[in-house]
Amino acid sequence: MALLEIRDLHVALSDGSEIVKGIDLSVEGGEVHAIMGPNGSGKSTLAHALMGHPAYQITSGDVLLGGKSLLELGPDERAQQGLFLAFQYPYAIPGVTVTSFLRSAINALRKARAGGEDDPIPIPEFRKQLAAATERLKVPRELLGRYLNDGFSGGEKKRIEILQLALLHPRLAVLDETDSGLDIDALKTIAGGVSDLIGPELGAIVITHYQRILNYIRPDFVHVFAGGRFVAEGGPELAEQLESEGYDAYLPEASSGDR
Amino acid sequence: MKKPETDVSQIGRDYKYGFHTTDKPTFSTGRGLTREVVETISAQKGESDWMLERRLQAYEHFLTRPVPEWGGDLSKIDFDSIFYYVKPTETEASSWEELPPDIKQTWDRLGIPEAEKKYLAGVGAQYESEVVYHKLQEELVRQGVVFLGMDVGLRQHEEIVREHFGTVVPFRDNKFAALNTAVWSGGSFIYVPPGVKVEMPLQAYFRINAENMGQFERTLIVVDEGAFVHYVEGCTAPIYSSDSLHAAVVEIIVKPGGRCRYTTIQNWSTNVYNLVTKRAVAQENATVEWVDGNLGSKLTMKYPAIWLTGEGAHGEVLSIAFAGPGQHQDTGAKAVHAAPNTTSLITAKSISRGGGRAGYRGLVNVANGARGAKSKVVCDALILDEESRSDTYPTIRVHESDAEVEHEATVSKIGEEQLFYLMSRGLSESEASSMIVSGFVEPITKELPLEYAVEMNRLIQLQMEGSVG
Repeated sequence: MALLEIRDLHVALSDGSEIVKGIDLSVEGGEVHAIMGPNGSGKSTLAHALMGHPAYQITSGDVLLGGKSLLELGPDERAQQGLFLAFQYPYAIPGVTVTSFLRSAINALRKARAGGEDDPIPIPEFRKQLAAATERLKVPRELLGRYLNDGFSGGEKKRIEILQLALLHPRLAVLDETDSGLDIDALKTIAGGVSDLIGPELGAIVITHYQRILNYIRPDFVHVFAGGRFVAEGGPELAEQLESEGYDAYLPEASSGDR
Repeated sequence: MKKPETDVSQIGRDYKYGFHTTDKPTFSTGRGLTREVVETISAQKGESDWMLERRLQAYEHFLTRPVPEWGGDLSKIDFDSIFYYVKPTETEASSWEELPPDIKQTWDRLGIPEAEKKYLAGVGAQYESEVVYHKLQEELVRQGVVFLGMDVGLRQHEEIVREHFGTVVPFRDNKFAALNTAVWSGGSFIYVPPGVKVEMPLQAYFRINAENMGQFERTLIVVDEGAFVHYVEGCTAPIYSSDSLHAAVVEIIVKPGGRCRYTTIQNWSTNVYNLVTKRAVAQENATVEWVDGNLGSKLTMKYPAIWLTGEGAHGEVLSIAFAGPGQHQDTGAKAVHAAPNTTSLITAKSISRGGGRAGYRGLVNVANGARGAKSKVVCDALILDEESRSDTYPTIRVHESDAEVEHEATVSKIGEEQLFYLMSRGLSESEASSMIVSGFVEPITKELPLEYAVEMNRLIQLQMEGSVG
């Protein structure tokens, strides 16, 4: 069985409207799958539903990580199983510094892995990992002492998302429009940082509207998502084709607004 | 050594200091308040006539003042069932070894010796009505700094006490100031001579440990010209089934160019009425800062006040209140600008959950003649569930046209999206909520001495456990 298995997944909003209308996907460790689609196609809904956002109901199908179904688990338990979502719009937590938050998150995951016993990361070890990751991702040191995402620029928020990815060591990362709002230099650094992390220990789903992030995180598979389904699938060449021809071929009707 | 006797049925799971030891008070005036009780207290202490006279005047005034009907519900206080004076030991001890074992045991559980080793400059700790333990670093004595229990302070420095006692909070101020003046016992007396800056915070620990035992400590701090002191006070109390009354008075006088910071974290058990009058006078170019944290009690009514009486004086109040189930925190601050170019900054944060009620009640008064006064009030409320409540009662009076007075207030709830974001990183719902709440009060905790900041965060975690899910 693959690292991540999505089987005939249907997702609806609380008002009953169905956004994801049956998709199947298998991701192995070390693989990168790009999910590309027009705005409003439900890509973010899919990402949030995988992470367990309470506003999105999985009405049928299943999601398995390492052979274990995630559907009955809360977002915290899914994270403890090794799932990670890099948010398109990360939230601010005033009064909590980036460093303090990172340490708490690492310790929450370590506690879960130790069967519920506290197993805090030794401070020197934490500092070492933090220093290495901040250097690789070119995160300014001063950002670590500021309150999490509070007044951060779009680029700063994305950097901190990927810093979390680097430090929390998930098995499967979902990157939701990580490229949006980034200038080209930031994109190169951040996407390069993600690419370095991909390996047997980490598989990734890269959700994006544009092809350009895929120049730095080379996908093994590309899935075109429109109208709640995968409408085309292929290799990296499909992304390049979309970049030149657009999504028109996959849009039988007008887009229904950004979700 | 005796084991602590604990009544399991009385102990709340989330109140970790809800134990009491089996101490044996050596003297008590019994329940209820009479003129004879007041005379007995004064005689026990061997006080001068002027203090006895003051106590009796205050007692008479107490009888005539009605119980306030604003703020919280005070109608359940039974003044006749309260012990007004209990004296646990005969003399003040000057070292840890001299303390009676029961008292030591209580403090061992609060970790006081460790804290002292680490960083105390001097400890005056209050146990029931009498200061029994006191120690002052030799360096402070050499500098002429006085840090004593109020009773000893009165005996050893009667002139300073007599000059200032009741000048900032007269007994006619309110019913509970009158009560305190009549029956006060214990508290701290601090005098800092001109130009002396006390580097380390002076700390006192307070603790109620007898059923129906009222605590009426009286604190007087006099900071002379150009001097500085930071006084820190933390409170915990055991849980009892009937209500306890805590009615303290704190008076601070800061002379020209001086500065005083007064930090309190109070975590009374949830049956305590905590009715405290705290007021400071800041003279020319002086600074007063109140840092006030209220986590416990059944009802707290407390509005630390600063009278800015000298030109250029500055006052700050940082206040945090946490109201859990059955609790009402009616707290706030007062800044009275009575001189030109005075400035004040009030930051108040409150959290309410589980049906708790937290309110901000504040006053900014710019008097005639206080030209160029500036004041800013920021109050933020965080409400954690639908049953809980937050109120804001700001009063602003401005009698000078060039005064600048700002008031900002926000009310917020923990957002579902914030919770989801933190939980997606592996934090449980309760850990995520605690983190958001700790972040909310961070502007206050960062102003606390480190070990208090740690304790504050731990108390918030305790309060938040079981509050979600």
